[in-house]
This record gives sequence, C-alpha cells and structure tokens, in this order.
Amino acid sequence: MSCPITRERVVELYYLEHRAKLLDIAAFLDRLDRARPGDETASEEDFRIRSLREALKILSENEPGRARRVLELFSDPSMEPLESAAGLKGAFGTYPGGDS
Amino acid sequence: MKYIDPHIHMVSRTIDDYQRMAQAGCVALTEPAFWAGFDRRSSEGFYDYFRQLTVVEPGRAAGYGIQHYCWLCINPKEAEDLSLAREVISLIPLFLERPNVLGIGEIGLNKNSKNELTILEEQIALASEYNELILVHTPHLEDKLKGTKLIMDAIKRNGNIDPGRVLIDHVEEHTVEIVLDQGFWAGMTLYPDTKCTPQRAVDILEMYGNERLWMNSAGDWGPSDPLSVPKACNEMARRGHTQAEIEKVSFKNPKTFLSQCSKFKVDG
Ligand SMILES: [Zn+2]
Repeated sequence: MSCPITRERVVELYYLEHRAKLLDIAAFLDRLDRARPGDETASEEDFRIRSLREALKILSENEPGRARRVLELFSDPSMEPLESAAGLKGAFGTYPGGDS
Repeated sequence: MKYIDPHIHMVSRTIDDYQRMAQAGCVALTEPAFWAGFDRRSSEGFYDYFRQLTVVEPGRAAGYGIQHYCWLCINPKEAEDLSLAREVISLIPLFLERPNVLGIGEIGLNKNSKNELTILEEQIALASEYNELILVHTPHLEDKLKGTKLIMDAIKRNGNIDPGRVLIDHVEEHTVEIVLDQGFWAGMTLYPDTKCTPQRAVDILEMYGNERLWMNSAGDWGPSDPLSVPKACNEMARRGHTQAEIEKVSFKNPKTFLSQCSKFKVDG
C-alpha cells in the first residue's frame, strides 16, 4: 500500500492542520520562556524540553523515517528489566538520558 | 460499513457509546482485561471484574446488536504484587470456558520491571497450557520500545507459542516493523494524545502494508474516542484508499486473527 494521492493533494489536505501544530510548539516554547522558574536554584532545563529540542532537529532532516527517529530518541535505550515498579505507574514521554 | 473494534474497555463506557458505535457500523468488539484506574485490593475484585466481562457486558452489547468478546488476565499495572497476581491467575481457568472468552490478555509490561516480567511469563505459560490466543499490551511512551523487545523475547523463550496466535498491541512507527518481522500480529491504537492518531495509523499502513495489522480505539476511562476506528476508515477514504482496503484492516484482518478461536463468529 502506498499513498494513493499526489504530493500536491497531501499539501492541500494537511498543510493548515500541521501549520497550526507547528505554531502550537512555537507558542509553547514562548510560554515556557515567559513562565517564572518554580525552583530558582534549578540550573538545568527539564529533560523533557531538552529532548523536545533534540527532536526538532530531526524534523529538519532531509530523509524519511522522521517519526520513527523521534520516537527512538524518546525511548529508554536500556534492555535490563527495572528492579521494581513499586509506586510507579505512568511514563514521562521521554527518557531522562534521551538528549544527545 | 461494518467494522470490528478489537480492543475497547466497555466497562468504562456508557450505553450511549454502544449506541453510537452500532450506528457507525460496529458489529463486534473485544474487551481485554485491564487496569481500572486504581489498584484492586484483593483477587475478589478481579473475580467480580471477570463476571462483568463475561456476563454483564455481553448483555449490554447485545441490546445494540454488537457481539461482545473478552480476554482475561492480570494486567501488568497490577502485576508488581506477585502473590495477588498469582491468586488472580488461579481464577482465570474458572472463566476460560465461557462463550465470549477468546484468550489471555491484555498481558505484557508497564514499567518493564522484574516482577511484571515474571507474571508475564507465567501467563504466557497459562496460554500455552490451555492453547489460548494472546493479546499483548505494550508499555507507554519511553518504555514502549524496550518493553516490546522484552515481551517478544519472553514469548520466544516459552518455545510453545506460535507468533501467528499473538497480537502485539499499541505499536507505533518505532515498533511495528520488529513485531511484524517476527511473525506476530500488530495492533495500532488510535488515541488523541498518545499512541497513534488516525493519520499516523494510515501512514503506518502505507509504509508497512496491511497484512497482520488491525486498528482499535482502546477506548477506556482516559482520553480516548470509541469512534476512532470509523474515523481512521474515513482518513483512508480521504486519501483515496479503496473500500476493499478499508474493509481489510477494519473488518477482515481482525476477523481472521480472532477466528483462530472457534468461539469467535461474525457474519460477512
Ligand atoms: Zn487496553
């Protein structure tokens, strides 16, 4: 199965939707800059935001598989099972060591 | 257009959702046993949950002409407590003969812990012993890639499981290929914020083909949409995919996988 429609049609169908999503990311980063730090002593940026900035670089790459590479960047690369999941239920959305 | 939603948690949905799904063409659904949003304190809570899945929900679904099937297990989010998990596993054989039970699921991993893996292995062994189909839950977000690999390794280690009788659910762009390459079936879950949007699910079909793949809403008590399967079908039509291709992923593929259990019957 390949994509049955032309490149022009893909642009017509999806451009405005993804233009809006891009602006959401831009506005989110602006919002982050405007917000006052909750912990004045914290010097490092949140690992999730570091990871997001790395992901933005992948979007500018000129080869397919961007979605997959972004997901791989956000993934825990280890293979050892965790000692215990006691008290843990959810996930963060990216791996703390997920930045380059 | 008729379709099957092969993964949805109807215990968390209202009767209006059954009605709207029926109106959208849903003829059958399957409901895996999962976490209820809180930890149950004893195995008796699971006994009642299994009664709800095998008695109450089929009755609610029948009111709208939808066939309700289910899967039983102790889910990975409540598998950290080994003794509770083993008590629940001992209840499962009491329900396996019920007419709407298709197999063991959704088993898998959540935080990829040692205890979760132990309970996963014990439930793979249970499925093997009773020759049941398996539905697998893969972890969320950053834990998914690692968890998917650990789960596939555990299934292979059992040595008695045909991968064609296992569906690995919640695949995304970084896991779909390794799952299909090893002969398993793969499920794409259509969620608004996590997992796949309808657009990305159709992208995955275009990139990896439509063999051994299905789509589901995994509708539950969190952000989810019980009509997301028909929405993904609309997305396929919008891009010019044929009715036959749409029917293959939304009806024929789930029917083929689920019919490996002789209890699953659906017209068409
Ligand atoms: Zn589920």
